[in-house]
Amino acid sequence: MVPGVDGSREGLDPRNPLSPETGTETRLKELFAMDKRYTTFDHTADLGIEIYGRNERELFANAAFALFDIMTDVTAVYPKVERDISIEGAGWEDLLVNFLREVLYLFNGEGLSLRSFLVSAIDSEHITGTVRGEFFDTDRHCLHREVKAITYHRAEIMKGAHGLTARVICDV
Amino acid sequence: MSDLQIERLDDHRWIIPPVGGMRVPGMIYSSDRMAGGIGSDESPRQVANVAHLPGIINYSFAMPDMHWGYGFPIGGVAAFDTAEGVISPGGVGYDINCGVRVMTTGITEADMGGKLHDLVTALFQNIPSGVGSTGKLKLSLKEERQVLRDGARWAIENGYGSPEDLVTTEDGGTMEGADPACLSDRALDRGRAQLGTLGSGNHFLEVEVVDEIFDEEAARAFGLEEGRIAVAIHSGSRGLGYQVCDDFLARMVHRIHRLDFPLPDRQLACAYLASEEGKEYYTAMACAANYAWANRQMLMHWTRETFERVLGMSPRTLQMRLLYDVCHNIAKIEEFPVEGRTRRVCVHRKGATRAFPPGHAVLPASYRAVGQPVLIPGDMGTGSYILAGTDGAYKETFGSTCHGAGRVMSRSRAVKASRKRSIGREMAQRGVVVMATGKRTLMEELPEAYKAVDDVVDVVHNAGLSKKVARLRAIGCIKG
Repeated sequence: MVPGVDGSREGLDPRNPLSPETGTETRLKELFAMDKRYTTFDHTADLGIEIYGRNERELFANAAFALFDIMTDVTAVYPKVERDISIEGAGWEDLLVNFLREVLYLFNGEGLSLRSFLVSAIDSEHITGTVRGEFFDTDRHCLHREVKAITYHRAEIMKGAHGLTARVICDV
Repeated sequence: MSDLQIERLDDHRWIIPPVGGMRVPGMIYSSDRMAGGIGSDESPRQVANVAHLPGIINYSFAMPDMHWGYGFPIGGVAAFDTAEGVISPGGVGYDINCGVRVMTTGITEADMGGKLHDLVTALFQNIPSGVGSTGKLKLSLKEERQVLRDGARWAIENGYGSPEDLVTTEDGGTMEGADPACLSDRALDRGRAQLGTLGSGNHFLEVEVVDEIFDEEAARAFGLEEGRIAVAIHSGSRGLGYQVCDDFLARMVHRIHRLDFPLPDRQLACAYLASEEGKEYYTAMACAANYAWANRQMLMHWTRETFERVLGMSPRTLQMRLLYDVCHNIAKIEEFPVEGRTRRVCVHRKGATRAFPPGHAVLPASYRAVGQPVLIPGDMGTGSYILAGTDGAYKETFGSTCHGAGRVMSRSRAVKASRKRSIGREMAQRGVVVMATGKRTLMEELPEAYKAVDDVVDVVHNAGLSKKVARLRAIGCIKG
């Protein structure tokens, strides 16, 4: 677990993080070596998340982790409550946005703070899995920031030789 | 942005001539002082993107507080033909009927007898605020449906204020055609717990002093007198509004391929106004708009109670009267003169305020001679402007003007710029008592993170989209 991975993106070409010119393929390898699951980047009034994964399963689990790591202190959350989720999408990007919209609703709508994300099956149009966490408790849990929505704006997933990089922009 | 030309038309207007699939030109309001900001983000591209949508009339507009948004830019205004045009959740925004209300009072700062700090503390305790804050009351589903149908009228009927408040609320605080059956269970669930809460981020409640009067006649009509205390409340439809936007955006995005025109940006997903889906979104949006009006009405009611209790004054002494309430994230069916005839159009105002001219039938009688009050909040701790609507806006921008200061710095950059500073203390040195739930909010809302509200207001004043009436200076501020 790497809580609070909130690295600056200086030195990366923000438009094309996987471009060979910037050598980010090598960077991706380094990020995995450091166990970095994600970084954040600025987007005017909003917040972008760049997520890494060796495969789709890991990428989606890391994306959900990133969202909760940004909003809360995931280390203080115990996996007391379990929810099975099954989400559809029209392609990988759409699926990722819908998956994140779903887990965000569990927090914003039901007050469920999550820490563990297990993907049991995934293809470009479906994802099923199990998420675990507990109900947000103001006495024990702290809230870093509010994420109001996950947007479709420039949501993208890029495949490279060493793994996958996804980008989504959150309305905060 | 290489294919986009931005041409200067006059001192305050920049045009984006139509290229590619643009059906109309773009029009951006700005000034020499601010023009350096045009094109510094992707918002001009967004102005051009909106011009691609079917049924758009005259121009895709952007107000001087323009900045990047999802689909439409913040500060974007576009009117669509009701028969051939579209409605887009991205043209309204996540916080449906985010808006501002301003109350005038009969007291001065001196009358408060040094109780400003106590007052701000009590307001902070009485007005639920902060991320995910829940309200003091638990609504039943039946009550929630009434709120969604009746808006501020529900609040009045349930003891939160007086019927006069509705007279000075845009649309009387109720948008017609709201049907709660169009809302998802998720939207309803989120709405039940949060009614009567301020929220977080850029939402605030501010105690202000009338600092400068620019237009005596309009100020008199609005009840603004130099040195008097006023209160500004900036809030919206909370989680319910976000959920309505999110639900409909997802639905419309999934049907993009069925539209008979190409969309330059998925976040511009939309539906024809005349289609079932378009009508359903309008109806759901109206519910969220009503929720927001009820919400601001309740926040105002508790503000009045707090003033009475802390200052030990009667309502008669305090004279806390609602000057006006405006929404600045909305799509509305309104009538305008277009090429010599009156047309019913759907005006999207996303971070833009209605600014109806003197003589307009919807204005309360007391304001009809001077035009609609337009309420423009500045950045944290600065204060607000009160403007009046004009014929210029009515003829040119479908009765629309700017809405605020407009963010120029990302939230995380603002947080970085605030490190090693105490924003609360800086505010105190400027004579503003600030209380916030989250320390991060104060940092994110750093005044330098916004375009100067004076510059924004000068542009709309000089371009004839509204006229300056008064400036209010903040002395107390609560934030979520």
